Amino acid sequence: MIMPITIRAIKKSEPGRMKAASIRIGAIILALVASSLFILLLSLNPADVYIKMIQGAFGTAYRIKETIVKAIPLVITSLGIAIAFKMQFWNIGGEGQIAIGSFAASYFALYMNDMPMPLMLTVMILAGMLAGGLWALIPAFFKAQWGTNETIVTLMMNYIALKWVMFLQYGPWRDPKSLGFPKIANFPQNAVLPKLLGVHVGWVIALILVVVVYIFINHTKKGYEIAVIGESINTARYAGINIKKTILIAIMLSGGLCGLVGMIQASAVNYTLSVEITGGVGYTAIITAWLAALSAPLILIVSILFAALLEGGSYIQTVFGIPQAAAEILQGIILFFVLGSEFFVRYKFVIVKKHSAIAEKGAD
Amino acid sequence: MENNYISMKNINKSFGKVVANRNINLAVRRGEIHALLGENGSGKSTLMNMLSGVYTPDSGSIFIKGKEVQFAAPKDAIEAGIGMIYQHFKLIDVMTAKENIILGRKNSFLMNEKTLSDKIRDMSARFGLDIDPDKKVYNMSVGEKQTLEILKVLYRGAEILILDEPTAVLTPQETEKLFKIMRKMKEEGCAVIFITHKLNEVMEVADRITVLRKGETVMTVDKADTNPKHLTELMMGCPADLSIKRIETEKNNVAMEVRNLSAVNSEGIKVLKGMSFDIYSSEILGVAGIAGSGQKELCEAIAGLHPVKQGEIVFNGENLVGKSPAEIITKGVSLSFIPEDRLGMGLVASMDIVNNVVLKLYQKQKGIFIDRKPAEQKSVEIIERLSIQTPGIKHPVRMLSGGNIQKVLLGRELDSRPQVLITAYPVRGLDVNSCYTIYDLLNEEKRKGVAILYIGEDLDVLLELCDRIMVICAGEITGIVDARYTTKEQIGLMMTGTVNLMKEGEKSEHDNANNYTSH
Repeated sequence: MIMPITIRAIKKSEPGRMKAASIRIGAIILALVASSLFILLLSLNPADVYIKMIQGAFGTAYRIKETIVKAIPLVITSLGIAIAFKMQFWNIGGEGQIAIGSFAASYFALYMNDMPMPLMLTVMILAGMLAGGLWALIPAFFKAQWGTNETIVTLMMNYIALKWVMFLQYGPWRDPKSLGFPKIANFPQNAVLPKLLGVHVGWVIALILVVVVYIFINHTKKGYEIAVIGESINTARYAGINIKKTILIAIMLSGGLCGLVGMIQASAVNYTLSVEITGGVGYTAIITAWLAALSAPLILIVSILFAALLEGGSYIQTVFGIPQAAAEILQGIILFFVLGSEFFVRYKFVIVKKHSAIAEKGAD
Repeated sequence: MENNYISMKNINKSFGKVVANRNINLAVRRGEIHALLGENGSGKSTLMNMLSGVYTPDSGSIFIKGKEVQFAAPKDAIEAGIGMIYQHFKLIDVMTAKENIILGRKNSFLMNEKTLSDKIRDMSARFGLDIDPDKKVYNMSVGEKQTLEILKVLYRGAEILILDEPTAVLTPQETEKLFKIMRKMKEEGCAVIFITHKLNEVMEVADRITVLRKGETVMTVDKADTNPKHLTELMMGCPADLSIKRIETEKNNVAMEVRNLSAVNSEGIKVLKGMSFDIYSSEILGVAGIAGSGQKELCEAIAGLHPVKQGEIVFNGENLVGKSPAEIITKGVSLSFIPEDRLGMGLVASMDIVNNVVLKLYQKQKGIFIDRKPAEQKSVEIIERLSIQTPGIKHPVRMLSGGNIQKVLLGRELDSRPQVLITAYPVRGLDVNSCYTIYDLLNEEKRKGVAILYIGEDLDVLLELCDRIMVICAGEITGIVDARYTTKEQIGLMMTGTVNLMKEGEKSEHDNANNYTSH
C-alpha cells in the first residue's frame, strides 16, 4: 500500500535568538551559493564577482562616499516608515511623501531663493518635512476617522504625487533655458546642502535622526503609545490613549521624515526637482525597515548594507560587462533568500505520513 | 483483548520546549460517558485535538475499534467516526439547521430536500435532540446551537463524541438538557468524552473519569469509587480546600449608581436597555447572564469605552457618562476586563511586564519622556505579592501561562487602588489554584472597602463569592438577588428571562432581595 506523504508548515512556538540568527546566516550562505550558480551560468568566477561587489561598494574612498550617498535616503525613509509600522499603520506612501517633500522644498529653492544659505536651507527643510507630513496626514485622517485602509490610500497617493511632479516638470516649472528639454532649472548655490568630509551633510542629519528616532520610540510617552496602538488597539482604548490624535501625530512624523528625504535628494543629489527624485527609496525602505525589525540602530546598518548591495551591483556591471538585468537578478536572489529566511524563523516544515483511516479502508 | 472503543497509548506531544502530553494513556469504552478532568494546561485539549486530527502525536498510537489509525487532518478523524464539539460553535448564522448539517458533505448538492429533513427528524428523535431543521441559526439560543452541533457530527456518522467544556456557555436548565442527550447517546452505543473541570457535573453524568495533571495521566477511576474531594486532590496533586469564603462586611454607602443606562452596538441594536442598579463599597456585586447578554457593553460603558445612549453613571456625585477613559481612570474606576482572547484588551501581549505595568502609570508622569523605573519596582512588587511565575520582569507576557497573565493584569489594576473595580471573567481559563488566589485577592479588596462588579460565568462561584447577584438577560436586568438566599435554578430562570423580578415587582421576591433592590 502506498503511503502518501504531505508536508505541512507549522508555526514554531518561540524561535530562540541563536536559532533565528543561525537561520539568517544560513540564508545568506544559501543566497551566495544560488547566486554562484547564476554567475557560473554567465561563465564568470563567483568569487571574483563577490570580491568586486565588495570593492565596488567599499573599495575606494570615492566608492565609500557613493555608498553613503545611497544609504542616506534609505536610512531616513526607513526611520519614517518604521514609526508608522510600529503602529501597524502600513505606510506604503514613502514615494509620494518624498516627492511632495521635494516639491515643497523646490518651490522655495526656485522661486523664493533670495535668502542667505542657512536660512534658505532651514526653510527648505521645514517646507519638505511639513509637506511630506501633511501629505501623509490625509490617509492618516481617513484611517483615524473612518477606518479606511491606509495601504491602498497611501499607495494611490504615490501616483498622485509623482504625476504632480511630472506635471510641473513638463509644464509650468520647465526651465525655459533647457531648449525644450523637460527639465526644471537647477537650484542656486545657496539652496544646495554643503558637504562635510566629502559627503553632503545629509549623513549628519541621518545619524542624528537615528538617535532621535531611537529615543522617540523607546523613551517617550508618544513612542510608547504608538507601540501600544500597534500591538492592540483595544488595550490602547482601555488605557485611555487618544488613538486618533496619536495616529495623526505618528503619521505626520513618518511622512515628515520622508518629506525631508525629498528635500535632501533634491538639494544635495539632484540639485533640482525631477520625477526620478525618489529613486524607489519609498519602497526599498519598506524592505530595510522590516529587515531591521523596525529598530533604529539596525536600520542604519541594514540601509548601509543595502546601499552597498546596490553600489556593488552597479560596479560589477561595468567591470564584467554584464547587463544591468544580471546585476539586478543577483540582488534579487540575495534579497529573496534573506526575506525568505524570515518564514523559516517563524515556521517549520513537518512531514506527515498519511496512513489514515481512509487509506485503511482503501486497503481492505 | 480490545473491548475498548478508543484507546490512546503512550501519547507524547510537545510544542517547542513545552511538553503538553507525556505518555498519556486513555481508554474509552462503547456506551460510556468518559470525563476528562484536569486543570487548564493539564493537556486535555491537546490530547483531544490529537484524537480529532488537529494535531499529530510526536509518538504513541491511537486505536479505534482495535485498529491503529493515524490522522493527518481532522477530515480523517471524522471519517473514523470521531466528532468534536468545540466551545465556540462552528455554525453559519444565516443558514438553517439543515443547511449547516449538509454543509461540506459530499454529494450534498443533489440531496433530496425531503429525505434529508426526514433523516434529520429521525436522528433527532433517536437521540432526543430537539431541532427544527428549517430554523435559522441566528434565531437559535446557545443551547439549540449546541444541540445542532451535536446533530451535525452525528449526521456525519460520528460514534465517538468529544465535548469540550460544553456547559460553560449553558444555563443550568440547558445543562440538564445536554446531560439527557449525552445519556441517550450512551444508550445508543456511542462513546462520549466530556472535557471539563467542573466536579459536580462529572459526578452527575460521567461513568468513568480520567484525571490529567501536568500533561500526564494520573489515573482512571469509576465514578462509584470516587468523590469530588478525591478528584480535586488527583487534579491538583495535593489536598485542597474547595470552599470560597464570602467575607461578611458591614453594609456600606453607595459607591456607584447606574441609572437607566442604555446603549446600542455598532449595528444600532439595543444592547443595554435601561439598566439601573447600585454598587456599594465593600461589596461584590455579581453579574450572571448568558454570554452576550450585555456584560461586555456594561463594563465598557462604565469604563467610558462604549458610547452611552441614555442614562447616567454617578460616581462620587459626578456623572461619568461622556467622560473619556483617561478621565475615568484618574477618578479611581478600574476595569480589569478579560475578554475571550485574554490578551485582546488590557495587556499588550508582546511587551514585558514592566511595559504593561507602565500602561496605567505613564499618563500621570510629567514631560514627554516615559520613566520606567517606578514601573520596574511595581512589577517586582506585583510578582511577589501575587506570586507570579515568570523568568523576570522583562519577559513578554504572551509567554506566561494564562493564570500568570491574569495575575499581571489584576495586579496592575489593584495597584492603582481603585474605588470601583470592574472585573469580567477574571478566572476564565485559570487552574483551580489560581482561581482561589484571585478570589482571595478580590475578597481582600472588598475588605478594604472597594466596590467590585464581578462578571462571572460559573454560577456556583457567583453564589459563593458574591454578596448580591444581578441577573441580566438580553441587556435587561431581570433580577438583583441576595446570593445567600438564592438557588442556581432561580438564577437560571432569570438568565433566560422566564422570570423577571424587576417587572413582577414585590410578588415573588425574597425579603432580603427585595430590600436590596429597592432604591
